Amino acid sequence: MTKIRFNRKQLCIPYAAFLILFVIAPLLVIIYYAFTDGTGQFTFSNLTGFFSNTNTLGTLVYSFAIAIVTTLVCLVIAYPVSYILAKSKIKKKYVLLMLFIMPMWINFTLRITALKEILTAIEGNISMYPFLNTVIGMTYDFLPFMILPLYNSLSKLDNSLSEAAADLGANGFTVFMRVTLPLSVPGIISGVTMVLLPSMTNYVVLDMLYNSTYIMGSLIGSYFSAYDWNNGSMISLILLVIIFIVTLVTNRFSDDDSARRTAL
Amino acid sequence: MKIAKKICIVLFLAVVLAFIYVPILLLAVYSFTDATMVGGAISGFSFANYATLFEDSELRNMIIGTIILAFGSALLSTILGTLGAIGAFYCKKTPRHLINYANQIPVVNADVVTGFSVCVLLIVMFGVSKDTYIPLIIGHTVLCSPFVYLSVMPKLKQMDNNLYEAALDLGATPSQALFKVVIPQLLSGILSGFMLAVTLSLDDYFITTYTKPSTFNTISTYVVNATKGSQTEIKTALWALSTVIFIIVVVVVILMNVLSKRKAKEARDI
Repeated sequence: MTKIRFNRKQLCIPYAAFLILFVIAPLLVIIYYAFTDGTGQFTFSNLTGFFSNTNTLGTLVYSFAIAIVTTLVCLVIAYPVSYILAKSKIKKKYVLLMLFIMPMWINFTLRITALKEILTAIEGNISMYPFLNTVIGMTYDFLPFMILPLYNSLSKLDNSLSEAAADLGANGFTVFMRVTLPLSVPGIISGVTMVLLPSMTNYVVLDMLYNSTYIMGSLIGSYFSAYDWNNGSMISLILLVIIFIVTLVTNRFSDDDSARRTAL
Repeated sequence: MKIAKKICIVLFLAVVLAFIYVPILLLAVYSFTDATMVGGAISGFSFANYATLFEDSELRNMIIGTIILAFGSALLSTILGTLGAIGAFYCKKTPRHLINYANQIPVVNADVVTGFSVCVLLIVMFGVSKDTYIPLIIGHTVLCSPFVYLSVMPKLKQMDNNLYEAALDLGATPSQALFKVVIPQLLSGILSGFMLAVTLSLDDYFITTYTKPSTFNTISTYVVNATKGSQTEIKTALWALSTVIFIIVVVVVILMNVLSKRKAKEARDI
């Protein structure tokens, strides 16, 4: 009996087929739907519709604002935390790090439920401060995803570099600004990508906090509920283009391929 | 000066930890009372929320469904992703790069877009019924398998390539060499990929909403609907669920910590 010659390379065929069918093909379909109308006719009206409607344009601007503020807040909190954890010599450092990133593994909708209860207890009516509460909610959700890559990059830093700088006469502030900070840029970049894009699209946080939806992701959600596949596809396509640009920019700075992967 | 600095550092860490944990812990405390909102009146302790959580058939089915979906799609993703990584690793440069790039798409893409695009392809274009669960499982596999691929790939790069050749020289068939030599070498990567896939699937909201049958709910979609509803009994039962999940996560983290320490100690002793 002759056995079919088995080749290691062939093992990738199922996965390659899977990627083509369910990753590439859906994106092509999205492009097709984005440039056609309900009857299948080619049209630019979905695109021009997006950029001539003040509501959708306002949403785009608002979600950029939310995403940028959330990312900055996360960075301002996470950088010192990661820096302290990476530099400290305490024995139980690992336990402390675990405490900061453990929320990652708790279902985010349940965590937002907890946050909502607290905010309601403190502020009364939380829909009074939509922007503030959205940023708090997003920060609460994404903070661990900023801490982990920053910690990874800061703890890998060669201490002798900053010691050398100090020996050569730099004071603590200069050492940080000229040595530590530039060397931690890859960590910052991968943390920023982990937070920036999700906070533009994660409309569930807003939706749960005060039943309101004013960010890019929620437009897809509302077109989905209205069975408007063409406009929904156009929003997806615009988001894809934004994601593509952000990825291109960040790939230039970071050597890490994915921070989400290091989550375990 | 030095002491003041230390106090500042400890205080800062404590404030951030409080921000993270006060909501979860306060919810845990309130889950053992009969209060209907945090900060509201407590007239006494009660396990009613936990009783509802374990007795309400809708809640129980939802939790079991979420777990089955997570482990099922993680298993599927692990098989696809692992085989894909092994195959791609031995491919020529061009196909390997193409697979790498395609693999990266769901990783960087927004989950909303992934979910919506799978929904448009399968449900709108090909008319696959959501009730078959096929779109849901495919959607979760699209989300998870790239991460399995990414956790197996580095292990392949670390592996000694001669092992496979040696197994063949010693008379193993290629599939024996694969299952008895290559895969055991990759086991830690496969396992962490599987765990990552489970957590990603458990946490997912977006792909689930766009692809799930209308009668099926995962924890995420259920919680989102429940916070909009007015049923306080369900709402407070979810506080109990949040507490149970929190405790499970803490226990798993401690266990993994202890296990990895023991392993490290064994490695040292040898």
